[in-house]
Formats: sequence, structure tokens, C-alpha cells
Amino acid sequence: MEIGEIIFWILSIGAIASALLCVTRQSAVVSALMLVLTFVCLSGLYLTLQAQFLAVVQVAVYAGAIMVLVLFVIMLLNLSAEEFKISRNWKTVAGLLATLGIMAQILAAIFMSSDKLPHTIHANAGVLGTTESIGEMLYSNYSFPFEMASIILISAAVGAIILAKKRLV
Amino acid sequence: MTTLTNYLAVSAVLFIIGTAGVLFRRNAIIIFMCIELMLNAVNLTLIAFSQFLGNQTGQILVFFVMTVAAAEAAVGLAIVIALFRNKETVEIDKINLLRL
Repeated sequence: MEIGEIIFWILSIGAIASALLCVTRQSAVVSALMLVLTFVCLSGLYLTLQAQFLAVVQVAVYAGAIMVLVLFVIMLLNLSAEEFKISRNWKTVAGLLATLGIMAQILAAIFMSSDKLPHTIHANAGVLGTTESIGEMLYSNYSFPFEMASIILISAAVGAIILAKKRLV
Repeated sequence: MTTLTNYLAVSAVLFIIGTAGVLFRRNAIIIFMCIELMLNAVNLTLIAFSQFLGNQTGQILVFFVMTVAAAEAAVGLAIVIALFRNKETVEIDKINLLRL
């Protein structure tokens, strides 16, 4: 086994294990911290794919900004640990069936088409993932969506302030 | 040699974990975090396809998904705070104002 493969397996097992812990822990704070660990592992996976720019953005935006905001809200609300119980009724059965069905469908689709998918990373991949090439693409072909993204962010910021205010007006 | 199939399988498993979390947890904030997990699983798929097929559009799409996820985080957490202020709880079973 070569070193890249070992790194891939460590990162993916880390991501899946911490995602499982995130979903099953009772305390919301522990869940959030496990989710941060998942995001860091995913950032490492992006690096193994040679997507350097997105790996850094993943750590800065997700692990940095979004999860700090979530942790801030969790501690602000000071929630007691939720009792994690799965009630035994038809809704649980339906949810379990839906989850297993989606998993079977996705995995079947992936493994049945695995011989048609490319087996090696593209020769240009190292160039495609750099900040320079993504920036060029964003400011040329995708400049309109890029400006729209800024409008989305500013309206979300205004909306969040309005929603969280004590009294409207 | 890690193939595209490996990355897609990891992403699928993460997505399913997120789905299970959304379906089985009752705490609104944890459901919210599970949605972030699902978004990230899809991002991994997009980046893997982008790098294996040599097409940059996937990474641009991931950039915009991250933007929308940040906006969603801000608005979603504001909604959670507003709910907590009105109902003193974030358990989604107890928030049934719109239920017929």
C-alpha cells in the first residue's frame, strides 16, 4: 500500500467515525466538536484530491466560521443534554426503511458503475485546484453568480438580524 | 491507488449518516448540523468528480455551495434563537405551531 492510500483510509475512517459520534452523542457541544473533526478530515480528503483552495476554505469557513457560530448558539441557549431515545412507532420504522433504502440505492449505483468511472486522478488536477485558476474562473466565466453570492450573503445577514431581534420594528 | 469509487463511497456513507441524524434526532440544532454534514458529503462528491474528470466547474459549484451554507447557517441559527425565545425549547416535537 502506498502512502497516499494509507492517508486516504485514515482520513475517511476518521471522517465517518466522527460523523457517527456527532449524530449519536447526547450533548450538543460534543456533537458540534465531533462535526468540526469531520470537517477537518474532509479538508484533508480535499488535499488528497489536490483541491488546495477548497481545503483551506473548508477549514476557514466550515470549521472556523460556521461551527463557531453553532457552538456560540448552543452555549447561549444553555441546553440540557437531550435524552437520545428512539421511540418504537411506525415513524421510526419508516425512517429506518427510508435511510436503508437510500443507502442501498446510492451504493448500488456507485459500485455498479465503478468500472466506467476513471481510476486515476486527471493529469491537470494539480492546476485546477489552485487559488489562481479558481479565481480566474470565478472572475471571468462566473462573475455574475459570484456577485449574486454576495447579495445572498448580505440578505442572509440582514435576515438573521431581523429574525433574532427581540421585537420587530 | 485510491479510485473515484472510494471517494464516492465515503461521501455516500457520510450523506447517509447525515440523513439518519436528520430523521432520528429531535434537537433542532443537531438536525441543523446534520444538514451541514450532508452538504459536505455532496461537496466531497463534486470535488472528486471535478478532479478525476479534469473539469473545474465542480469546484466552482462547491464554492457556491459553501456560500449558501454560510447564509443558511446564519438564518437557521437566527430561527432557532427566535423559536427558543418563544417556546423555551428547541425540541422539534414540541414546536408544532403549524400542525393542523
